[in-house]
Amino acid sequence: MSLIELAQPNQGYSYAFLDAFAKRELRRRILKGIAIPGYQVPYASRELPIARGWGTGGLQVTLSLVGPDDTVKVIDQGADDSVNAANLRRFITRMSGAETTTDANQATIIQSRHRITEEILREGQTLVLQVPNPEPLRRVEPDMAKARILHADADYGQMWLVLYEQLVRFGRYIQGASYPVMVHERFVMAPSPIPRWDTPDLHQSAHLTLLSAGREKRLYAVPPYTNVYPLEFTDVPFEVEDQSEWACRTTGERNKFMNELPQDDGSSVFELSDTGYMEKLVNHQRGEDVTIGTTYYDSEGQFYHDGYLKPRRSRQESPDA
Amino acid sequence: MTDTSNPGAVVKSHPMLDAPIINRVPPLVVARNLTKYYGSIKAVDGVDVIAYPGEILGIVGESGSGKSTVLRLLNLEEPANGGVYHLQINSLANTNLFDLDRFDKRDVRVHHIGIVYQNPHLGLRMRYSASGNVAERLLITGERTFGTLRSKSNASLQASEFPIDRVDDPPSVLSGGMQQRVQLAKAIALQPELLLLDEPTTGLDVSIQATVLDTLKRIQRLRTITMILVSHDLGVIRTLADRVMVMRNGRVVEQGLTDQILEDPQDPYTQQLVHAKL
Repeated sequence: MSLIELAQPNQGYSYAFLDAFAKRELRRRILKGIAIPGYQVPYASRELPIARGWGTGGLQVTLSLVGPDDTVKVIDQGADDSVNAANLRRFITRMSGAETTTDANQATIIQSRHRITEEILREGQTLVLQVPNPEPLRRVEPDMAKARILHADADYGQMWLVLYEQLVRFGRYIQGASYPVMVHERFVMAPSPIPRWDTPDLHQSAHLTLLSAGREKRLYAVPPYTNVYPLEFTDVPFEVEDQSEWACRTTGERNKFMNELPQDDGSSVFELSDTGYMEKLVNHQRGEDVTIGTTYYDSEGQFYHDGYLKPRRSRQESPDA
Repeated sequence: MTDTSNPGAVVKSHPMLDAPIINRVPPLVVARNLTKYYGSIKAVDGVDVIAYPGEILGIVGESGSGKSTVLRLLNLEEPANGGVYHLQINSLANTNLFDLDRFDKRDVRVHHIGIVYQNPHLGLRMRYSASGNVAERLLITGERTFGTLRSKSNASLQASEFPIDRVDDPPSVLSGGMQQRVQLAKAIALQPELLLLDEPTTGLDVSIQATVLDTLKRIQRLRTITMILVSHDLGVIRTLADRVMVMRNGRVVEQGLTDQILEDPQDPYTQQLVHAKL
């Protein structure tokens, strides 16, 4: 009897590409991450047929969770149709048999880069965020061993130094993406490069958020209904981008996160960043039967629950008063 | 010393003078038998450091004599191989600081000890603003109000005579003298009882050195802060220090009042040191 006869017959790839051992490890890490909200769990990041830095972290988490009954949506900077998003979506569906969608309401797993959907995610949905740099302390403590000690001690005073510098130089918080947040009053977390606009979405959210960095081999989680507050000074409140003057060129929508499209004459037009949401609005305007979910920000720019965004509301209300 | 035996006589002969501080107040810093090895090298070998409130204690010695290591031990930066270290501060009076865990050590370091390094790169973030560097000290104590941070760090920079129109410049574009002033402002931001100075003016030119020493003297006078000053420059020691310890090969070879040591050195090594200088 030779070794070749003893070996498993060649079956191509295992289900969802990753071997069973890798998936089991990832699921255990994910459970640990959920048990300790905001804590960066190290994991063995596997080789995938895409390059590190192109969403391998998010892809591994998605592949370890996906089943044939799932519906997957992949977002890249808000868009469903970018090359990266299309590639990932095709790969996931080919390897798992899961359905794909561009509708945030129908998806069970949403893998995203740099955005959270405009529509409110509900219980049972999982948001997987691709993370390039999971360590929020890197800007103040380049030594990762020391940064881990700072995390263990919950010694985050230096994080405010970054914000202090921004206020000194520019008079406001200028960090546009990956704004540092405090999760469950314990760990400071880099929420992946989502814009400030999306940061409040994580606070007391109904859905599960998993964040995974493939190159840095770290994953962490925000379980449903967890407190996620941005770091701020007591006298200088956190604010989201003010885009209330901007209207989408396709749908006329306001008070959603917009892409700015520069024109030849130097002016700019604006378009909804969330293409799945825009597609639904367009179909609705055509008279098709689509269900548009409630959004995190209403048409007046008010957030859907009383989070920490109250100061911004009062500022917006003050001109009328 | 004498007024305990016969207080009446002392008051009569010197009615205008207070007894020296050394007789009235217990020492702030009491470190005994400090010992530190690096491998087989004895960097510090049984050194006693006593410093009184409001006093400037100078430590001189050649390179490698262990004077900077003493300072690092006093700053609780490194674990000591032996010795006890007490600070006469209400909450800590009976604690050997070497026995504290790292959280309490850090607490002591933040609230009661300030340090100025010879090399500003050790003490400052060169790309952050000068006021941000000072504010960091306040941030780690939990201050989270921007207005307070700003006013307190500017006040501290002003106290160290830093030009107020440059508080938002990063140390990387400041001159050496100004960098030392930022370090000083950072060190005194939380009004520590003890200020450690590791060759604070080495590498500055003579005129800048004089103004920095001037500032140190003024701060010491206004705040009755205890300073321990390490230097190989006898000029600096003569200008600032009340008392001097001379170190060699990890041991104290001679100590006493500054004038006494520098004018009338007894130990052959000190004699050599003083003559080399003069």
